[in-house]
Amino acid sequence: MLGLNKKDTSLLIIVALLTLLAPFILNPFPEGSAMAQFNAGYPDLMQRFVIFGIFAIGFNILFGLTGYLSFGHAAFLGVGSYSAVWMFKLLSYNVIPAIALSVVVAGLFSLLIGFVSLRRSGIYFSILTLAFAQMSFALAYSVLSNPKFNLTNGETGLQVYADDPQILQGANSPDLPHLFGLPMRATYTMDVGAWSFDFNAGYYLCAVIMMVVFYLAIRIFRSPFGMMLRAVKSNQQRMNYTGLNSKPYTLAAFVISGMYAGLAGGLMAAMDPLAGAERMQWTASGEVVLMTILGGTGTLIGPVLGAGFIKYFENIFSKINDNVLHSWFAFLPDGLEDAVVFLIHPFIGKGWHLTLGILFMLVVIYLPGGLVEGGQRLLKRFKRKKKDTDDAPSGKTEPAE
Amino acid sequence: MDAILLQILNGLDKGSAYALIALGLTLIFGTLGVVNFAHGALFMIGAFCAVTLQKLLNLSFETLDETQKDFLGNPLKVETPYVEYWFGPEVGATIIDWSVPLAILFAIPVMLLVGYVMERGLIKHFYKRPHADQILVTFGLAIVLQEIVKYFFGANPIQTPPPDALSGSVDLGIMVGFDPNAIIYPIWRLVYFGFAVGIIGAVFSFLQFTTFGMVVRAGMADRETVGLLGINIDRRFTIMFGIAAAVAGLAGVMYGPLNPPNYHMGMDFLVLSFVVVVVGGMGSLPGAVLAGFLLGILESFASTTWATTTIPGINQIIIYLVAIIVLLTRPRGLMGRKGVMEE
Repeated sequence: MLGLNKKDTSLLIIVALLTLLAPFILNPFPEGSAMAQFNAGYPDLMQRFVIFGIFAIGFNILFGLTGYLSFGHAAFLGVGSYSAVWMFKLLSYNVIPAIALSVVVAGLFSLLIGFVSLRRSGIYFSILTLAFAQMSFALAYSVLSNPKFNLTNGETGLQVYADDPQILQGANSPDLPHLFGLPMRATYTMDVGAWSFDFNAGYYLCAVIMMVVFYLAIRIFRSPFGMMLRAVKSNQQRMNYTGLNSKPYTLAAFVISGMYAGLAGGLMAAMDPLAGAERMQWTASGEVVLMTILGGTGTLIGPVLGAGFIKYFENIFSKINDNVLHSWFAFLPDGLEDAVVFLIHPFIGKGWHLTLGILFMLVVIYLPGGLVEGGQRLLKRFKRKKKDTDDAPSGKTEPAE
Repeated sequence: MDAILLQILNGLDKGSAYALIALGLTLIFGTLGVVNFAHGALFMIGAFCAVTLQKLLNLSFETLDETQKDFLGNPLKVETPYVEYWFGPEVGATIIDWSVPLAILFAIPVMLLVGYVMERGLIKHFYKRPHADQILVTFGLAIVLQEIVKYFFGANPIQTPPPDALSGSVDLGIMVGFDPNAIIYPIWRLVYFGFAVGIIGAVFSFLQFTTFGMVVRAGMADRETVGLLGINIDRRFTIMFGIAAAVAGLAGVMYGPLNPPNYHMGMDFLVLSFVVVVVGGMGSLPGAVLAGFLLGILESFASTTWATTTIPGINQIIIYLVAIIVLLTRPRGLMGRKGVMEE
């Protein structure tokens, strides 16, 4: 289907089902029950899953295929957000031109940065991209927000004001981001018994876009172009010796992943029409690196899993506090309960980053292939055990002759 | 003229910090071939050694002073630090006052130990892995260290004042023949600069004039051959890692009075220090020191009102700009050796 082989088609269908049915899947616990805090099926969080998924898929096209570790991808995300908000300010609140412009601008910006940075490789490339991103952050934060030429609105963040031109804004169209009149915030809540499921317009827009870009990523992975990128990763020198210039390929990969990041930034602005410079900071670039590695570098589904995993646990872990812990461990004797809560306390709530850091280190050390590799290993072990149990009776029935 | 001199002086304190961190980074890279993203965290841990010592010295017990009464007529509670109780009020107060310089003594063993444990416990397993993996695992370690410090010390900056005797400013202009008040300079910055020069000198002479240093330099040039000569080069490199950690830590200890330590100061310095290392030339110790001071001074020149009005925001981006230009025109950096990490 769509030029994919059977395995990829089923992967795409699984991802499509998961994203479309996410409001059900992420809300498994009834409203008001003790487990309801583990529900992740509210629009804001679901949007973040999908947007960061797009960001990580794009990053993976560069890092997973070519092995070039960019530490400055957040800059493209930030640029995308800024261009989208500018579209809101100048044209109208319709999200289509905003998202289109954010992709284009991020593409151009990454062409520029990629052209310069890709002249070096290895750690130098990482540091060059890091330097460019930090420079963009500094520029956006202070320089480009002077009264004469206010492009980014500095610390406050760029947002739409009442006196902005918005030349295409119709009289009847809603006063917040919308898709031809359908506001992004529109949410239909379905109540089924004790459960309630939110269907949010913005989420579905992001989900559809993610499926499209996921499909594109599969095509890139399976194309001759993707093979070239893998060749860059495995041995660039040998590739050059065979008479191939690797630069256009790596540059193309860089620009594509920059456009993915710009798309994610544009969608972020479309969900919430505000763009701040902190989105470009290098910690944000580090986050997408974490997501990709955690999920599984160079795999198709890995980055999406990583993004979902990090965003989900970020949200859940930050919500757990000591009271919740005490209620969980109430069955233990008092002293033991306090001790357990005391031990877990540093890792929850505000300590989520500590947990993330430890988790990340463990993954890099023991599981370089990320969650996907972990899953495969588990599956393999499970299968082998099954095979063993299959073999065992057959061994009995065929005694040695 | 005096304005130029003032800007150079202003750049020295940041330049010293850059130089010290970059020196440690280069030592680790040159000896072990590891790109250590956790080096900024070591700088931060050093600064928090000073904070810890200050807190320890200020541990007090409460006594009721019957001679003084508060407005309700209750005896006043007086807090006496244990140090003052043990050594007498005079000596005790001096010890507390000098807590930051004293923290050097406290930080050296702590940092050597931290460096040793880090190398043996984690970095050792990453020599054969690609540089990207080393970056990633040390990046993760940096997050963990930073969060641990945040858990114990909170997110707010903690004041670590310099000793009273060194806390004022001095008019340097008069000494070299300028008008009075032309160049007023905080004493602690001079101390920091002198300290940095001392540490750098110590590290260089250690490498240059001791047998241990000679073996380490030989190992940096050709690790395999040194190993074949029957020298346990790994053990020496581990010690060098500890020394590099101690250099970063000491830079942090003394930096406290210039800028109150907070948990993310390491990350802030790390990015810049990497830029410094790359500008100086990967694997070149003099290059790292030179680039550190140069970029520090350049940053201070870019922060003058003249520069910021000519090109707005130049002070924020100058270092990155320089790094990009250097990397593109002179890929090996200012003093980089041939064949080191060229790819």
